[in-house]
Amino acid sequence: MAHDTLLEIKDLMTHFHLQEGIVRAVDGVSFEIRRGRTLGIIGESGCGKSVTAHSILRLVPSPPGNIVNGQILLRRGDRGTDQEPVDLARLDPRGAEIRSIRGAEISMVFQEPMTSFGPMHTIGNQIMESILLHQGDVAASDARELAIENLRRVGIPRAEQIVDAYPHQLSGGMRQRAMIAMALSCSPRLLIADEPTTALDVTIQAQILELLTALQEEFGMAVMFITHNLGVIAEVADEVAVMYLGRIVEQSDVNELFDNPQHPYTQGLLNSIPHIDEEKLPRLRAIEGVVPDPYEIPRGCAFSDRCPSFMPGTCDRAMPGLDETGPGHRVRCFLFSEVEDELTEVADGR
Amino acid sequence: MAVENELLLEVNDLKMYFPIQKGLMKRTTGYVKAVDGVSLSIKRGETLGLVGESGCGKTTTGRCIVRVYRPTGGEIIFHVDGEEVNLNRLERQELKAFRRNMQMIFQDPFSSLNPRMTVLELVGEPLLAHGIARGQELEDRVAEMVNAVGLRVEHLPRYPHSFSGGQRQRIGIARALVQRPKLVVCDEPVSALDVSVQSQVVNLLQDLQSELDLTYLFVAHDMSVVRQVSNRIAVMYVGKLVEVAESEELLRNPKHPYSETLLSAVPRPNPHHAMQRLSLEGEPADPANAPPGCVFHPRCRYMEDICQTEVPALTELSPGHHVACHFADQLQLQGIDSASPSSS
Repeated sequence: MAHDTLLEIKDLMTHFHLQEGIVRAVDGVSFEIRRGRTLGIIGESGCGKSVTAHSILRLVPSPPGNIVNGQILLRRGDRGTDQEPVDLARLDPRGAEIRSIRGAEISMVFQEPMTSFGPMHTIGNQIMESILLHQGDVAASDARELAIENLRRVGIPRAEQIVDAYPHQLSGGMRQRAMIAMALSCSPRLLIADEPTTALDVTIQAQILELLTALQEEFGMAVMFITHNLGVIAEVADEVAVMYLGRIVEQSDVNELFDNPQHPYTQGLLNSIPHIDEEKLPRLRAIEGVVPDPYEIPRGCAFSDRCPSFMPGTCDRAMPGLDETGPGHRVRCFLFSEVEDELTEVADGR
Repeated sequence: MAVENELLLEVNDLKMYFPIQKGLMKRTTGYVKAVDGVSLSIKRGETLGLVGESGCGKTTTGRCIVRVYRPTGGEIIFHVDGEEVNLNRLERQELKAFRRNMQMIFQDPFSSLNPRMTVLELVGEPLLAHGIARGQELEDRVAEMVNAVGLRVEHLPRYPHSFSGGQRQRIGIARALVQRPKLVVCDEPVSALDVSVQSQVVNLLQDLQSELDLTYLFVAHDMSVVRQVSNRIAVMYVGKLVEVAESEELLRNPKHPYSETLLSAVPRPNPHHAMQRLSLEGEPADPANAPPGCVFHPRCRYMEDICQTEVPALTELSPGHHVACHFADQLQLQGIDSASPSSS
């Protein structure tokens, strides 16, 4: 674990045991999040991006969900850097240790701010709750001031009045700002933002993205930014992981990913969206087919049934590994690796 | 897309006010002016994109045009088979019969299909309701339509839950198009879909348009998708149209400050994109309590005194380019920075 790594995930597998069968929502995901940096996770519905986030905070409902393999190593703030990191995957999801991490060291902003605030309590009370829970030295009388201060910091006008408002009294954009204020109230070192702007209008989305970038510069927290929007990811991320059906298929620095996308899925995504700054195409270049049902994932490479570069006899025989094709650029595709290597690994019992 | 010179639809001064009712007696204390004096026209074979933020009235405009709502004021005139049909003057029965000419495709393919009906019933229902076909003929027409939208005949006996979002949207499209409408109002038809499926549905809508000679009113908030499908784009803000122009003209040469900010807010899938975003302060005005003068003035960076008192009219600045701004001919606004001008 490098010294500036805040969180490292190693071969995480989160599976759901349902009546219809096992859904391998996250199936062998590894990445690092470095201090003060933004990792963008991009993927379509069912790719496991949200389950990865929920696994980190141990919010996956169990049953049916279980972390069946892997480590989630967090370097906690109150210990020296030479200390052993905590493996969140081994903590009791209801235990004291994870609860002292949630909201304090790692906090989360959700897609729908209406459903992630409780409707029966004022915005202020909900922010104060997390302050009082995690910051033992703050007196109840000061918590309100802190809550107002937090609301002001995210650009909410008339914060001293809004602190007493109920969630339904705010617009979508203001609610999302309040959500961010709550998430940042205990100065977390990692903020997980799960589609935080998807439900918002473009002009409000632009405001929220700017706010997040500014707050990150000011407070130096790391951000894990989950979205399906390639435009948003290009704007906020330092590094990007592209997920498809529970696995990372490509991972690199953001510039490299957009300049030199290598996995056919990444290329397909970039080609399929209309680019407003470029000449209009007569037709969009769509990716064929649909994301398969989680019970009917194709043999071999999970993308093989939709892949324009599909190689019969190769792609349907084994799952390619995530191999480095350039400095910091990793791709899971047999265009860049040999199928025989993977088959021997399978034979070795992996 | 062959756009003909013939008008299909004319909307004049459309108004839709929803009453705000308070208290036990349901006294009307005010009105939400969702659509406040919208005039537009669509030619046969054309796609008019209607963009704006949530709450701007774009969906309500679409719904008024297909008469889901009875508008508070204004006229909606269709030109069908050489005849002029004013929807206001139709009797109930006549309106019902006329509805087959105008159909709607909805945003959410999960809530817009009855879960207890099979694909055959869903797509066949409009044919039955209008007495267009029944029995074997109905099945044939449904099968033909289902094929046209990229589904298979084996899908006919299945229920919506067994389909993915993209496939459900295809069912919704088949249901709207099976009675061969003249005008289709597409209300955010791809925004609930996965990225890789959005482009498939956009392509499908474009293919069907030329095959079936359709005219679209394409309501959406995503400027890049709207540009892909539209011949012309109308930008709406708090119940009013603020700019209408050919789509490439509007993108390259926006004349209303709101269009400029909307274009600048589109996140570009390009990490090298020079960030010169014009941030828009505040939020859209409340349509129940719109500001006096130009509705956009509280958020406008070019605001002057006159904007606070006088409502700018939608005027034609250059052929086909209409703008509602007092300073449209003076402002130098920034559009998209595509390298070469379009030939279309």
